[in-house]
Amino acid sequence: MLPKPRGPLSAAVFESIRAIPAEPVARTHPEADGPEDAAVTLWALYELAYRGFDEVDETAEWDPDLLAVRRRLEIELEGRLRARWEAYRSDHERHDDFGEDLFAFIAAHDGRSLARFVQTDADEQQVLDLLRMKSVYHLKESDPTAWVVPRLPTASKAALMELQYDEYGSGDPNRVHAHLFARGLEAVGLRTEYGAYLDDVPLEILEQNNTMSLMGLHRRLRGAALGHLAAFEATSSLPSRQLSQGLQRLGMAPEMSAYYDEHVEADAVHEQLAVRAICGELVAVEPEVTDDVYFGAYTCLDLEDRLAELLLERWGVAS
Amino acid sequence: MSDVPTYEHPDVVLCPGGPMLLRGKHVIEDSSGQLHETTRRVTALCRCDKSARKPWCDGTHKLLPEKLTPS
Ligand code: FES
Ligand SMILES: [Fe+2]
Ligand SMILES: [Fe+2]
Repeated sequence: MLPKPRGPLSAAVFESIRAIPAEPVARTHPEADGPEDAAVTLWALYELAYRGFDEVDETAEWDPDLLAVRRRLEIELEGRLRARWEAYRSDHERHDDFGEDLFAFIAAHDGRSLARFVQTDADEQQVLDLLRMKSVYHLKESDPTAWVVPRLPTASKAALMELQYDEYGSGDPNRVHAHLFARGLEAVGLRTEYGAYLDDVPLEILEQNNTMSLMGLHRRLRGAALGHLAAFEATSSLPSRQLSQGLQRLGMAPEMSAYYDEHVEADAVHEQLAVRAICGELVAVEPEVTDDVYFGAYTCLDLEDRLAELLLERWGVAS
Repeated sequence: MSDVPTYEHPDVVLCPGGPMLLRGKHVIEDSSGQLHETTRRVTALCRCDKSARKPWCDGTHKLLPEKLTPS
């Protein structure tokens, strides 16, 4: 089901989406009245390219009016992300080994940690809240990165597939990471349908998801997409262990801890592949995208920081 | 000379400061004699000796001072 509109733009666009395939009337769409209105609109437009919505005709994905709205929102989103990167970027230097540099860049970024709070202090309601929010991505885990595969030179492509093969369960549907997460959700008593909690999630979650789709769907942004992947994988093993320990501390269902335990080990592999092989082989052939790799990595870390700030403040945790 | 390159694709990769990547199916005997079978196509084996999930790497090497990380 399409999410609830969050303003005049999403209301108008969702109405247009539902009207397809009726005879096209000239459809005009108002300006968004705020970032949530824009973000939920873009999320729904992107979703047409993933799993769609039951009540929506499948031709909506390539409707030119809707694509025009999507493009307008993408330009605005990318502009904002790049502005944050430009404000931050001067701080880091580069040496000669690309892999070492990228690992160091990611390690040097410090933000507040949700995982540490979950490990030691969070209560069950807070953890459930976090899982609802994370479900928007984890139920389509790795899908945004799958768009990037055909855009890559040979060695980077092979390395990305080595990683993705693992994300998609090495051919076993029971081991698909998105499926492991669904299993965990069910075990802790949450809904498992794709997008089930979309109406409850904050702007920060919509932006995380939209950013991955933006970077995945534009060939031009392949460097950013893979930099984002590298930062995501390289900040996963240790936090996954903390999340798993937090779930165990609260006596929550072992299926959910199992998802995080799998990521402790898998992402210890994935971070090496993502940084050294996937990104490393890409920039070796296409050095002109190096800066975008860093832009993508920074953006991943920055968006997660913004989510952590929001939730820790909401939960009354002093900084 | 061919324009179509042949790529290096080793089965064992020593990651600077981090684990050993192993490609393919392996059975590993740890230092106490226990056997562990790999379950994924690429596996990271701990080289820093500080992992909580030995013999697998769990990222702990990133918390160590540089002189304690494997070369
Ligand atoms: S090498 Fe990664 S934890 Fe030891
Ligand atoms: Fe995963
Ligand atoms: Fe991963």
